[in-house]
Amino acid sequence: MPVIAPLDTDSFVVFAAFLGDVAAFALGDGTVRFVGGSESITPVYQDGLLAAISGGDGKSLITGGMDGKVYRVTAEGAAELIAEKPRKWIDKLAVGPQNAVAYASGRTAWVRLKDGSEKEIQLPRAVGGLAFAPKGMRLVTSRYDGVTMHWITASGDAQELFWKGAHGDVCYSPDGKYLITAMQENALHGWRLSDAQDMRMTGYPAKTKSMSWSAKGKYLATSGAQAAILWPFTGKNGPMGQQPLQLGARGDSMVSQVCCHPKEDMLCVGYEDGMILAVRFEDNAEVLLRRPGGGPVSAMAWDKAGTRLAFGTEEGQAGIISIEG
Amino acid sequence: MSEATDTRIPVTVLTGYLGAGKTTLLNRILSENHGKRYAVIVNEFGEIGIDNDLLVESDEEVYEMNNGCICCTVRGDLIRTVENLMKRKGAFDAIIVETTGIADPAPVAQTFFMDDDVRKAARLDAVVAVVDARHVETRLKDTREAEDQIAFSDVILLNKTDLVDAAELARVEALVRKINPYAKLVRSERCAVSLSEVLDRGAFDLDRILDLDPQFLKKAEDAHSHEHAHDHEHDHSCCDHDSSCCGHDHKHDHNHNHNHKHDHAHDEHHVCGADCDHDHSHDEDEGLHTVKSISLRAGDLDPQKFFPWINEVTQLQGPNILRLKGILAFKGDEQRYVLQGVHMIVEGDHQREWKPDEARDSRLVFIGRELDHEALKQAFLACVA
Repeated sequence: MPVIAPLDTDSFVVFAAFLGDVAAFALGDGTVRFVGGSESITPVYQDGLLAAISGGDGKSLITGGMDGKVYRVTAEGAAELIAEKPRKWIDKLAVGPQNAVAYASGRTAWVRLKDGSEKEIQLPRAVGGLAFAPKGMRLVTSRYDGVTMHWITASGDAQELFWKGAHGDVCYSPDGKYLITAMQENALHGWRLSDAQDMRMTGYPAKTKSMSWSAKGKYLATSGAQAAILWPFTGKNGPMGQQPLQLGARGDSMVSQVCCHPKEDMLCVGYEDGMILAVRFEDNAEVLLRRPGGGPVSAMAWDKAGTRLAFGTEEGQAGIISIEG
Repeated sequence: MSEATDTRIPVTVLTGYLGAGKTTLLNRILSENHGKRYAVIVNEFGEIGIDNDLLVESDEEVYEMNNGCICCTVRGDLIRTVENLMKRKGAFDAIIVETTGIADPAPVAQTFFMDDDVRKAARLDAVVAVVDARHVETRLKDTREAEDQIAFSDVILLNKTDLVDAAELARVEALVRKINPYAKLVRSERCAVSLSEVLDRGAFDLDRILDLDPQFLKKAEDAHSHEHAHDHEHDHSCCDHDSSCCGHDHKHDHNHNHNHKHDHAHDEHHVCGADCDHDHSHDEDEGLHTVKSISLRAGDLDPQKFFPWINEVTQLQGPNILRLKGILAFKGDEQRYVLQGVHMIVEGDHQREWKPDEARDSRLVFIGRELDHEALKQAFLACVA
């Protein structure tokens, strides 16, 4: 039976992650809460926190705020200032190889390298999303009408891929062969990078705001419908010509978050009414992990072993669900 | 949605040419002791003298929605800013968006209708234009934007009235009225107005569309009695707002398939009777400005005729329609049906029962460019039941 250790906050849960055994919750009010062992609160921003991601080292979070500051926050409660862009809202973040951190605001993206140097990238349109390629120091920025891939340390021209419409969150497949964006138009767009082949993934009734790769990159799970939509990336042509899995389908609530299990073919599905289900890919078997309440699920993360799930909602309810024991 | 249950954050859009006094008004709103907290989205920090926690500079990022409508443009940066502000829900009561002097107000307004997430979180309260009484005539001569801003507004703040004499003021006021007879016009010096004239207007709230008489005909302040609707079926009809598709298909092609149907068949060409007594507004163009308003009036309408027609008109002539408002009587329907639109976006709802002493008049008002008054009139009358 799943057991929930609740954590009540009164602020939007922007992001959750496990730093080793400790669960970290980044909140809209500017604090980061740590649960596991002793509970602690690290105030990071006065105005508000807009984005957070895992720090890449398994020990920290990277956060961006309304005051233009980017921090690396550790479970011990240390907040190291990485960058400061006065009067800019830092709402897009990415971590790359060798502790590189990318952040963006409006039409500018910056990359801070391990040695502390910073590279600035000016773009003609606003940055919709940021991601590093799994290999090589290469950053992709999404924008209106496509994406641009920039070499950060090596020389070489930026490469552009076009598709009409506004592109937001962007990610590479774990093998680096595909690039996927979530679009304003309730669709995903993908490119097979070997030949820039376009892939349209459509049919969503709402925007996709959460994407998660399953173990070994077999599926890309997405939100934006009344079921989690999982596109297969196993064949040579990715999802082209294949039907996606539709898991955890409900008639009365939309999926707001998806989070694939780190080892098994299973995922957690968070809904707009606050419910969380664990669903197995193979047979769509469902286990209720959390009853509805507390607003849309806005953040979810598994621990490394895949036995505990940290979650949070837009209305500030959070907690850790232990699946075993 | 009635106000009692509408917890969405109200948004006021401030437009106005450079130097008209937008910043003065904004500073006034922020410094006055009203107990409200505002999140303010500006294009440039510039002269904002007030220290405000939630003041954000945002590059106007206008883009087309990828649905085949050329006028379905939105402000991408606003979608993002509103989404970000929702992470601080509870830290502010309302949002004010200040646009650049030359901005077209339509993409800002359309953002609050076209994007589902924004629509869920925030509601457009009113578009307020600050107009410089001294320079507006010149502005109207050399720019289209100044005219657009006036035509699009719900509230027009005719500012710097102390810098013109009475005759000039009367002339300017008539000029503004000619472009937009339906907005609330407020005179001011240095933007010294009661904030209730500007904020919390509910101009896009269907429940508050009470009257479509031009404002200058009214003697007293507009009736502020809020009649609340009892029935709430929302019929949002928007171009290609097709959210019914749930089959996940996967296409592998290089082209866009716009399923935007433009039906060019004008099938209703009824001849209007010679004695139709709806009002005829003057629409002779004087060359100075090209925006005009068209007011149509009829009796009970046949919804089977009206809805296809209004959808067709807004799809075909959307780019020329800046604003659209209507109060309609449908045959056999006890309730008033209210309607409003921006370019191709139209939304409508039942508002309340017709009162016994109220004439069941159907009124429809268009503010726009290159609209054929006679053709619209004929087509509207063809919808009569």
